[in-house]
Amino acid sequence: MREVAVVSFAQSVPARRADEFNEVELLMPVVHQAVADSGIPKGEIGFTISGSCDYLAGIPFAFVSGLDAVGAWPPITESHVEMDGAWALYEAWVRLQHGDIDSALVYSFGKSSLGPLTDVLSQQLDPYYLAPLWLDSVSVAALQARAWLDAGHSEEEMAEVVSASRRAARSNPNTQLAGDPDLKELLAQPYLVDPLRRHDCPPIGDGAAAVVLAVGDLARSVSERPAWITGIDHRIEPHSLGARDLASSASTREAARRAGVGRGPVDVAEVHAPFSHQVPIVAEALGLDGGVEVNPSGGALAANVVMAAGLVRIGEAAARISGGSATRAVAHATAGPALQQNLVCVLEGDKR
Amino acid sequence: MSGQRCAVVGIGQTKYASVRDDVSIAGLLREAAVRALEDAEMVWSDIDAVVIGKAPDMFEGVVMPEAYLADALGAAGKPMIRVHTAGSVGGSTALVAASLVQGGIHDKVLTVAFEKQSESDAMWALSRPIPFAPPTLAGAGGYFAPHIRSYIRRSGAPADIGIKVAVKDRLNALKNPYAHLHMEDISFSKVEESMMLWDPIRYLETCPSSDGACAMVLAAEPIGDAAASRGARPPAWLHATAMRSEPTMFAARDAVNPRAGQDCAADLYRQAGITNPRSEIDMAEIYVPFSWYEAMWMENLGFAPLGEGWKMVEEGATALDGDMPINCSGGVLSSNPIGASGMIRFAESALQVRGMAGEHQVPDCRLAMGHAYGGGSQYFAMWLVGAAKPG
Amino acid sequence: MSTSAGETRVPVMEAPNVLEFPFSRSTGPVIGAFMTALRDEAKILGATTATGKVIVPPLEYDPETGEATTGLVDVGSSGVVTTWAWVREPGPKHPLAKPFAWALIKLDGADTALVHAVDAGSPDAMSTGMRVTAHFKPEREGHIRDIECFVPSSGSAGGESGTPSGGVRTPEEVFSSGTAPNEGSADASTGQADEAPGPVRKISTPIELVYRFTAGRATSRFVRGLLDFKILGQRCPSCTKVYVPPRGSCAKCGVATEEEVELPTTGTVTTFCVVNVPFYGQKIKIPYVTATILLDGADIGLFHLIQECEADEVHMGMRVEAVWQEPENMVPGLEAIQHFRPTGEPDADYDTYKEHV
Repeated sequence: MREVAVVSFAQSVPARRADEFNEVELLMPVVHQAVADSGIPKGEIGFTISGSCDYLAGIPFAFVSGLDAVGAWPPITESHVEMDGAWALYEAWVRLQHGDIDSALVYSFGKSSLGPLTDVLSQQLDPYYLAPLWLDSVSVAALQARAWLDAGHSEEEMAEVVSASRRAARSNPNTQLAGDPDLKELLAQPYLVDPLRRHDCPPIGDGAAAVVLAVGDLARSVSERPAWITGIDHRIEPHSLGARDLASSASTREAARRAGVGRGPVDVAEVHAPFSHQVPIVAEALGLDGGVEVNPSGGALAANVVMAAGLVRIGEAAARISGGSATRAVAHATAGPALQQNLVCVLEGDKR
Repeated sequence: MSGQRCAVVGIGQTKYASVRDDVSIAGLLREAAVRALEDAEMVWSDIDAVVIGKAPDMFEGVVMPEAYLADALGAAGKPMIRVHTAGSVGGSTALVAASLVQGGIHDKVLTVAFEKQSESDAMWALSRPIPFAPPTLAGAGGYFAPHIRSYIRRSGAPADIGIKVAVKDRLNALKNPYAHLHMEDISFSKVEESMMLWDPIRYLETCPSSDGACAMVLAAEPIGDAAASRGARPPAWLHATAMRSEPTMFAARDAVNPRAGQDCAADLYRQAGITNPRSEIDMAEIYVPFSWYEAMWMENLGFAPLGEGWKMVEEGATALDGDMPINCSGGVLSSNPIGASGMIRFAESALQVRGMAGEHQVPDCRLAMGHAYGGGSQYFAMWLVGAAKPG
Repeated sequence: MSTSAGETRVPVMEAPNVLEFPFSRSTGPVIGAFMTALRDEAKILGATTATGKVIVPPLEYDPETGEATTGLVDVGSSGVVTTWAWVREPGPKHPLAKPFAWALIKLDGADTALVHAVDAGSPDAMSTGMRVTAHFKPEREGHIRDIECFVPSSGSAGGESGTPSGGVRTPEEVFSSGTAPNEGSADASTGQADEAPGPVRKISTPIELVYRFTAGRATSRFVRGLLDFKILGQRCPSCTKVYVPPRGSCAKCGVATEEEVELPTTGTVTTFCVVNVPFYGQKIKIPYVTATILLDGADIGLFHLIQECEADEVHMGMRVEAVWQEPENMVPGLEAIQHFRPTGEPDADYDTYKEHV
């Protein structure tokens, strides 16, 4: 495999409603900053790819305008996945393995404040048996949370996850929810959809994120401390909720095994778990031990730009490497109902 | 071509029709995928990864349907990627699948593209009024007709070029059992007399709205070699792959002869060492949703000098027995499941170099092009496939 | 490493954006058989797999192996809750209007659980492992919502009413079994034939999602200008081209545009289309002309309608001018301009607009 590293990462400050910006206005400064910080001239970037979802804005071809933010002239080699930007990054990593290009720009964006998000996501479910019931995304997560509780866990653990997320978010300027909530107060809150309380669910967030990847010597020349992708893999599970063990994440486990998470100690993990109970499910499947710092950014519970939140995890983990506070990090992204599809990325800094 | 060698070892298509009400969405994809696996002499467990593509999710009203379709494509426990690059998506999807092989990640990748347009109405999905914009959206035809008018003005082409392409492609479709339109009575006058929908586009100069899916198995070199040695279903070898995109709207953008298309073709020819595409490429399946686009793309792809693409149509060069056969399958004008239409072009080009195109086979076809475009003529995906391995 | 896209907040224009369509889904044989049995027999079917499992609701393909499922069997209409969630505030699209539980329910004879609503009255009445029974609607159409909901099973031994019966059936056998084969027979009793609805081949799934459409800064300024009878473009600081409508950026240069340029209401038709095709949701009577209009001083065409002349009189190079809405009919957006109409001036010289053709 060719050595590929994250050499820059930029994101917008997630907003509950970024009404004053259209998608291009939201994305352009982020793309500009990621490219500028990469030190690679825009015209020399070999491949560009984005991830987004038309249904967030409710407009077909909503992703097309993203090209305006990039300034795709002269025409660029470019593609788009209708997936979280983490999968766009995966595709860029694959493309860089061909050997003929040395850098790639990955971006994603989403304005989920525009639509009824939990209903929109209900229409991702089986169109004959589930979508006509309008089984909303919070309810799907609640079914999973109960299965996880029934497997021997407690609501206190969920509250602890929320509390840790809020505390971590205090030192992250790019979050929506930060604080130092008391566990008892959290547990005294009413249920939204039992067993989930409102704070067990992610906030609605509009925003954008961008990452620049570079290979080998180019990465070394533009970055003092590249965050090398030493393993990356993703897996999907059956769609039916009733055909899966919802209390664990088999596809995360398999992706982690193939990405080589266990090949060394992990300093920090950024997991894309929009609901509180999903943090321990993913952490367990990743094989993280108790000493690993999980979600120092606050994670998706603190800020959740749908379609970008997975890419943000990779960016945050890479920033830890590049900033020197971690040597080996794991980033995780998820898609589909109840953690149906999962991506795991291992990032490492050069030994110093 | 960049990366490791890649071969097409399996191809499957559904019968295309305006309504495939005998199958579910999953059943539609499955029909193509099973045929591709059979062609590749593989079973579900042989496949390493699945890459799926379709145009906007509004066509079926299922948000990111790949989550639900994972079961039908045997994807559990495997990587699955969903591509969406507007109308070019069928081509882009094939290229993403190829990239997994070229990058040395996987050996056997199943790729499927589809659209089940009968679940809704494409004109509705493409013409929904956008707040604050003028109420002028009128489907893809409403967008592309002005560009066709511009082409006619710029090239001085005779008014009947579009009619000739429409007749040629529908005649070709009669030789393709999968084609949606089988118009036994197609004729110049029938097209000419059909209703003018989006002047200058007549009804019979437009693509139909189809349900359908197309699938391919792309594989690493040893698997291609094995298929070649078995002989009955030889592989098609990828010689070049390219994608280019440019923004929809900017000052003085040339949407008739977009630079992204020119650059994409140039990249393809560079990779394959081609200097005279018209003589070196034996046939091409290109994305022609409105008949005039055949003439326009002949210039954009460098098969004809600027302003002279229409002459290839007039001379019959693009007919099945011409020197540069275009869309021998009947093309998008005869079958148009939008998200799959690009992949069908790629698959048909591969069938030609495999010698498996049946009645619409071009004799001794050694090198063929697959082409797709989308958005406002701004997304391009292309490949060149050959009967022999690239040098 | 963060970017704030801008500091100043400007009032943005907003409008509803309703995504609505009555989707019609063909079911294929397996799902169709399930729907048919629901409607005609008030029975729930599962799909058998080559590995001996029964998947409920029946899938066409075994998600574990990718192989096609092998047949259909009746499963019980009662089963065990494997997990559940309590909805305190049901939405208008949910199966029940009062608070209810979603549950995964493993029906008797099934190996996988199906999702549906449980009407239990209170979350205190719900527990994992409890038995529930399907409550079918009296009037059924062949739809997952023919099961109105599940209810807690009465009595301690809930298994009896839901014992699976019969052998493996094919979809064709389900389609031809007529009504209630266990209570009588599939006989062709007179009069029934006319009313027999036939197998379920389609389901209707209307989808309506109401979004907001927000115009962003550049479009909001443009729309506000239109309400003042002004057409405001923006100039690219890099290539100096004038964009109208402004998009807040120059797509070619990939930079933000700020400088505002007021444009005249006159321009030249560069190219056009005569629309003569009807479609769902269309607002304008056909035939009508849509044209790309290069406003004087602009560097990109504006898409709008040409009226006040016959469609066949519109041509490239035609000089046109905007016709504003009457003030009382003024609407935000490009509909503030009713349409463009010919000015009667001589045609523009081709060279003046040829790079826009």
